[in-house]
Amino acid sequence: MLQGEYLGMRLTIEDVDKENRAFFNYCAQGDFRLQRGKKSGLLRYPPTTACPWSRDREYEWVSVEGKGTVHSYVEVHHAIQPAFREHVPYMILLVDLDTQKGKPSEYEALRVVGNLLTADGKFAPPEMIKKVGIGTRVRMIFKKVSDGFALPHWTIDEEAEQPATPWRYPQA
Amino acid sequence: MPQRDIDASTPKYLRNKYAIVGVGETTYRRGSQESTRNLATWAINNALDDAGLEATDIDGMLSYSGNDSTMSPFVAGDLGIRLNFYMDVHGGGSSSEALIGIAMGVIEAGMCKTVAIFRSMNGYTQVRIGGTGVRAAAPINGDQVHMRAYGWQSAGQMFAPTFLRHMYDYGTTSEQVAHIKVAHSKHASNNPKAFYKTRSTVEDVLNSRIICIPLHLLDCCVETDNATCLIVTRAERAKDLKQPLVQIRSVVGRCCKPRIDMHYQHGPISTVAGHYAKDILWPNAGVGPEEIDLTGSYDAFTFTTMLQLEDYGFCKKGEGGQYVSSGIIELGGARPNNTSGGHLCEGYTHGMNMVIENVRQLRGNVDDSCPLRPNGKRQHTYNYSEGGCRQVKDAELSANLGWAMPGTGSAMVMQRG
Repeated sequence: MLQGEYLGMRLTIEDVDKENRAFFNYCAQGDFRLQRGKKSGLLRYPPTTACPWSRDREYEWVSVEGKGTVHSYVEVHHAIQPAFREHVPYMILLVDLDTQKGKPSEYEALRVVGNLLTADGKFAPPEMIKKVGIGTRVRMIFKKVSDGFALPHWTIDEEAEQPATPWRYPQA
Repeated sequence: MPQRDIDASTPKYLRNKYAIVGVGETTYRRGSQESTRNLATWAINNALDDAGLEATDIDGMLSYSGNDSTMSPFVAGDLGIRLNFYMDVHGGGSSSEALIGIAMGVIEAGMCKTVAIFRSMNGYTQVRIGGTGVRAAAPINGDQVHMRAYGWQSAGQMFAPTFLRHMYDYGTTSEQVAHIKVAHSKHASNNPKAFYKTRSTVEDVLNSRIICIPLHLLDCCVETDNATCLIVTRAERAKDLKQPLVQIRSVVGRCCKPRIDMHYQHGPISTVAGHYAKDILWPNAGVGPEEIDLTGSYDAFTFTTMLQLEDYGFCKKGEGGQYVSSGIIELGGARPNNTSGGHLCEGYTHGMNMVIENVRQLRGNVDDSCPLRPNGKRQHTYNYSEGGCRQVKDAELSANLGWAMPGTGSAMVMQRG
């Protein structure tokens, strides 16, 4: 069983949950891997038990580059979960990976969730949040939960060409 | 989008063959001082009185909850109802209409004759959907890690990417959707049952504190303690009962976008389940959005009402902001929405109160403060000023749009008999 305390929350992955176990195991090695269906050759996220396009239950874990563009986001100002109260305001990013974007059909993409963090893994402060919106280029970093268990997250891709102004909710 | 033909053996998909013959609710308040079991029997008794039925007339029961409520066996036992069929399902929004469809199906299959559907919840004093208490700090297992470990858990947080992307894709503004709160608050001010009866302005909404972008406090629904009940039976039985006939023309239940394991994987994410559900709802009903006189559009948030009205075809895709801020959705406008105040103002029932209100509207007998005639029916003035009338004139066709999440929704068209 994978288990750990993360920000004061108890996270658990049972042994029989082999898809999630493998996913978070690879993250702990700094390796973002997704399942590639043997019949379709398509990647999917989050981990699933079958290929959403071919219903094939056979797959391989394939390393995928952790680079993408913010597709949409959440910016929480009132925390619901006690663990997040001290981190408000915090962002959740829904990021379109470059890999397999617009495939197999136009409106599909590997849309990967993560919090916006600084490069060294802290919750992004307000001045950093203000720089990030729809269109921002981001890269993946990992946060350890426990041995063999880490979570993927996002930080600004400092080397990428960024839009002049990413789209952000107009605020006073 | 091609119209689907549903493979149903009954001609016209049971259109107008079923009716809602009784509606009932408890008060909408905070601090009910009642168990969910007590709230349920209260609401069901009210629905039975409303229909002119006895406990022995009910032989089917359906309920829905999210681990926050009593179950049918207790409630049926308490009321002296012997069931030929029952099911308690796990569900929230979109369950009302879906269970109505199921009720029609089990009656049609000869499994029972008359079904009571209830939802009972202490949504303020016990399990609060948006609450920061026990439920918010539960251990996080398996698939939930991909959401809750990121502080992505509550309804508002889970839906926000859709709301923001709609603003990005179409230029929708907070000012536009704030009109929904304004409209529903005006309607609630004419509803003695409503929890919040005070009329709001657009400024009130935009000045209220941000919960999570783009949701201000007043973009979010209330949390209340209450129970609600609907009674469904065949229309031919309904003709002998107490209330004017309200028939069901069509239902679609928990219709989904693709990749419903994580619906954001299949966009556009500014499109919601109504895009798919409309292709069942309207062909089965044999009418279109333009013929609908009033709507009930699930207002967990202002944005959900707008997205549904848009994706079911009440306006062009992308023009939801203009539609909801045009005056159409207010009493006195061409197609009023949530005339009891809905979730934003009346009370939070996971969708039941919008169905109940539209049943009363189609009966021509909403419970506003217009004077009562000796025969028990109200003399509606159609004066919609504060504290006044709530009845839509000549209401003949209604549409109820139910929402679970952007990727799942339900709907129903009803017709005055």
